[in-house]
Amino acid sequence: MSITREIPVRPPLALTVVGVLGGAALLLPFVALVAGVDLRRLPRLLTSPEALDALWLSLRTSLTATAVCLVLGIPLALALNRLDFPGRSLARSLVLLPLVVPPVVGGIALTEAFGRRGLVGEHLHALGIEIAFTSAAVVLAQVFVSLPFLVVALEGTLQTRGEAHERTALSLGASPARTFLTVTLPLMGPGLLAGTVLTFARALGEFGATITFAGSLQGTTRTLPLQVYLERETDPEAAVALSLVLVAVALAVITLAYGRRRVRLP
Amino acid sequence: MSRALPALAAASALALTGCAGGVSEAGATAGDVTLTVFAAASLADAFEEIGERFEVEHPGVEVRFNVAGSSSLAQQIRAGAPADVFASADEPTMDRAVEADAVSGSPRPFATNVLALVTPPDNPAGIASLQDAAAEGVDLVVCAPQVPCGAATATLAADAGLALAPVSEESSVTDVLGKVTSGEADAGLVYATDAAAAGDAVHAVRLERAGSAVNTYPIAALAHSEHRELAEAFVEFVLGAPGRQVLRDDGFGAP
Repeated sequence: MSITREIPVRPPLALTVVGVLGGAALLLPFVALVAGVDLRRLPRLLTSPEALDALWLSLRTSLTATAVCLVLGIPLALALNRLDFPGRSLARSLVLLPLVVPPVVGGIALTEAFGRRGLVGEHLHALGIEIAFTSAAVVLAQVFVSLPFLVVALEGTLQTRGEAHERTALSLGASPARTFLTVTLPLMGPGLLAGTVLTFARALGEFGATITFAGSLQGTTRTLPLQVYLERETDPEAAVALSLVLVAVALAVITLAYGRRRVRLP
Repeated sequence: MSRALPALAAASALALTGCAGGVSEAGATAGDVTLTVFAAASLADAFEEIGERFEVEHPGVEVRFNVAGSSSLAQQIRAGAPADVFASADEPTMDRAVEADAVSGSPRPFATNVLALVTPPDNPAGIASLQDAAAEGVDLVVCAPQVPCGAATATLAADAGLALAPVSEESSVTDVLGKVTSGEADAGLVYATDAAAAGDAVHAVRLERAGSAVNTYPIAALAHSEHRELAEAFVEFVLGAPGRQVLRDDGFGAP
């Protein structure tokens, strides 16, 4: 699509002014957060046993959740994009559900499904498998809320790349498995990177579903966001310091996902 | 059109600051007065009723409540939230507001609460005492030590000489109750008033020495209240006969 004439298209000035205000509304809280940090106390606040436990737990669970999302998300995105089945567009919308419902609703839904008296959890309980109050519950909550990010990113890439390359490979006699590994997967590359990074970020920030479904215990289920929420009760400075860590990670994630390549947001 | 621009920008800026303003700014129109009361979560039902009675006695006054965990409320008050009265679930939390010079005069105790051990209605783990709840393999949920009900829990356990091994330490007593009513937890330690309000949704287990951890609830008018007299009147009302009766009906003890 080439532009025929070199007339720059600009929004009206009034809208630009409002737009700048909108930008300020987004950034001001973060500026205030950074301004609120007591630099002298920062090292001690970030290295307290509680903070380190929360950080380590958050990293472990978020990485696990991201791995699970990749294992489940790549096939799911492929099925939604490459398979023709009745109700496909409905299925594609439903995948977005965890992304749209409030996290606390997600937590209640997870409890209804995997809680001790839940639809599936009841049978797991009978088999001696307990999910609630374990780190597995944290991972489950993280997968639930972050999987849609990966699926949407991958689907977007699959859509724009089209099927031509895969069709060529298949017509030249490559097996479906080989076509997937050598053609489809590399084609998904950019979406995979952006999607994976966003998935990790969403998992790291998960709060509502975790506190509702998994509980809050140091080293087991109290992730960084839950630690921030609890610290706020008695030591707001510690809460601010820990928040800063999450903001720093978020900034790194945005840079990684959108900095070098101009990958479009889904 | 371009002349309207500064006005538009100013309006947006106002809207923005308005967004950040917080509670209790609306409603303070001429003629009526809005009294904003920050009350501990466990007081929600009792204060709702006390507020209604207070409104009947003071025409033109509207009492509004910000109900949350005491520590959160103290935090908001220290950060300058526009509140007239603060009622906390324990004294250390009120002290934090006092230290910040946010309180007018000295806080006065108006109620007490003790802890109760609750289980799901069918009591799946067969809990009959605090000892049972502390046993290995029992999914016990309590409040985190950072919040008043958690501080009381620690006192109770120390008095009983028990080391509790909870599977979760929640930020508020309502979260503990939720984990018990949903059947996720085998047992939970909540306030006696919460246990009473939950009714059939939980099975209450009698605690031998519940009296070893008594939370005293203090109330105070706040220093930067714009309706100081009315705030003092509300405090008197809670401490007086009408307040005492409502609190007693809800299961609170007298200080």
